[in-house]
Amino acid sequence: MELISDVSELRGGMDPGNSDTPRLPPPVRRLPLEDVPAARQASPSAGGGAPAPGGFTGARRSIGAPQFSIRRMEIDDVSVSYSNREAVKSVSLPVRQGEVLSMIGPSGCGKTTLLRSLNRLTELTSTATLRGRILLDDVDITQIEPTLLRRRVTMVFQQPNPFPMSVFDNIAYVLREQGSRRQRKKTLEPKVHSALDRAGLFEEVKDNLDHPALKLSGGQQQRLCIARALAAEPEVLLLDEPCSALDPQSTQVIEDLIVKLRDDVAVVIVTHNLQQAYRIADHVAFMYLGELVEYNSATALFGSPREQRTQEYVSGAFG
Amino acid sequence: MGAPVATSPAAPPPGGAPPQPRKAAVEGSATWRLTDRIGLAICWALGLLFCAIAVAIAVYLFLQGIKYLRPSMLVTPASAGFTQGESGGFSDALFGTMIVAVMGISIALPIGIGIAVWLVEYGRPAGLARVTESTIEAIAGIPSIVLALFGTVIFSSTALGFLSRTSDGVVFGRSFFAASVMLSLVALPLVVASTREGLNSIPRHVREASYAVGKTKAATTRRILIPASRPQIATGAMLGLGRIIGDTAIIVVLLGATQNFAPVEGAAFPFNYLRGAGTTLTNFVYEASPTGNLNQPQKAYAAAFVLLLMVLALNAAVDAVHRRARKVGAWSS
Repeated sequence: MELISDVSELRGGMDPGNSDTPRLPPPVRRLPLEDVPAARQASPSAGGGAPAPGGFTGARRSIGAPQFSIRRMEIDDVSVSYSNREAVKSVSLPVRQGEVLSMIGPSGCGKTTLLRSLNRLTELTSTATLRGRILLDDVDITQIEPTLLRRRVTMVFQQPNPFPMSVFDNIAYVLREQGSRRQRKKTLEPKVHSALDRAGLFEEVKDNLDHPALKLSGGQQQRLCIARALAAEPEVLLLDEPCSALDPQSTQVIEDLIVKLRDDVAVVIVTHNLQQAYRIADHVAFMYLGELVEYNSATALFGSPREQRTQEYVSGAFG
Repeated sequence: MGAPVATSPAAPPPGGAPPQPRKAAVEGSATWRLTDRIGLAICWALGLLFCAIAVAIAVYLFLQGIKYLRPSMLVTPASAGFTQGESGGFSDALFGTMIVAVMGISIALPIGIGIAVWLVEYGRPAGLARVTESTIEAIAGIPSIVLALFGTVIFSSTALGFLSRTSDGVVFGRSFFAASVMLSLVALPLVVASTREGLNSIPRHVREASYAVGKTKAATTRRILIPASRPQIATGAMLGLGRIIGDTAIIVVLLGATQNFAPVEGAAFPFNYLRGAGTTLTNFVYEASPTGNLNQPQKAYAAAFVLLLMVLALNAAVDAVHRRARKVGAWSS
């Protein structure tokens, strides 16, 4: 699982207790493979190399200090439960434009549920009930028509999911009134181009906008989904582990994009990947078993966490 | 499994041989248990047998068809005569097949898609959805002769007299309308099943992606979900068409036991034909076979060959639709 590999990498760099006493790895049980010379079987090098002490010194922050920050959304004492199971337990958080907010935590900690409740996608699950208030520019989101709210707070999903139509139509679909095809291609063109441009995809696809979107590469598909989410001119952009299905290069491109977007929209990103959160987030919310354990600036949360559980999680003790 | 497990990673290289290409790693059945090997052999044999049967039917009908089919048969209607040379062709039957196919599927397709969308996307009230599901399964299981009998009851009613021939207030109840409606019931379960399959194969997050940019459920269904399940819908339509053009019982009972079109006098075209009785290729084959009233087996083979070609064309169309769908691509999960 991706999470485990991340955390085990972390552990090599984080655990100060083991740094001076190199421990031999446990013996590895192997099936003898025919015709494969033993030399080609990767043998674990004893000790694994000296782990670098200190926290996230290896990781690079690719985000600078925010130029400004405006409070856009307010999560106020929100609890979400599915039937009888409480997935999110009275969480309060601000969401600001000009900043990237990252939610981290182990699987099933409620971070995706919280994200989905920000544009009322949880309401599509019939068993889900929400208590508490979520405000968008001081208006309770339950007072806003859901389709309107979801154009102001758009979302990008874990799996790239372009619609089965051309690149152009994927964006045009968002711009058109509900199910109609009324607006002509010509009138939509500038808006489609600008959305693709903001998502950093325009240069790559400008020559064949009629190409089927599902034939793009995974990274391009995900950027198309971001372009689609941006085409609605949202105020808040929700990203649910947008890079977890992508290769490192595409991840890099999307991370750079997210950093660039924070001035135009408030960005909330859920991620499994702690290094990613460290690289691109201004503020980080650590959730565990539905509770918000700690909310702090990324440098503070990773550098000197206040809570014991945060310390343990970011150092790879569990998760 | 069951192979010895080496606890040390340093196994001696086998004889210093250069690494073989990966082909050597392909699993052969040589290491299998005897029962498994016998099972595999049986599966192979059954597969081949099935192919052989299909090929035999096609080849036999092909040869017979080539031998007996004359182009003139496709354009001459059947007529009374003492020899096969005098009794004409089966153009009325051919057109009849086309008419019931078009009418039947154009009733079944919109209704079937509608039912499938409701079942998959809404499904509420849940009780009613469950009842609908089992009703459709029940219709799929009803023999078409039973549907035909039921159809005679419905279409002989006075209220539906405008759909068939009437004389002195007596409703004949047999017409292309009547047959097409009951034939659409034969195709309906196939359309519903494959449309549901198509809708179910769309990941949930794709729907949510559409909702998440402020689209309503209706807009999502119309612009995303139905277009995305077009290949499956087309498959269902083709299968349904195959069932419609292959059905005999409903034709015999509900289209009238004629070998020619019997248009209703005084009605406007095309309603004079659609309200009247007629025939299809299956009915023609049945009547022309040695058990039928016409007893001209050579023409039965010729008509059966044309029928077979139509079904093969439908299969080719299904393949074409799926090939096109592959060009559009699919979601990763």
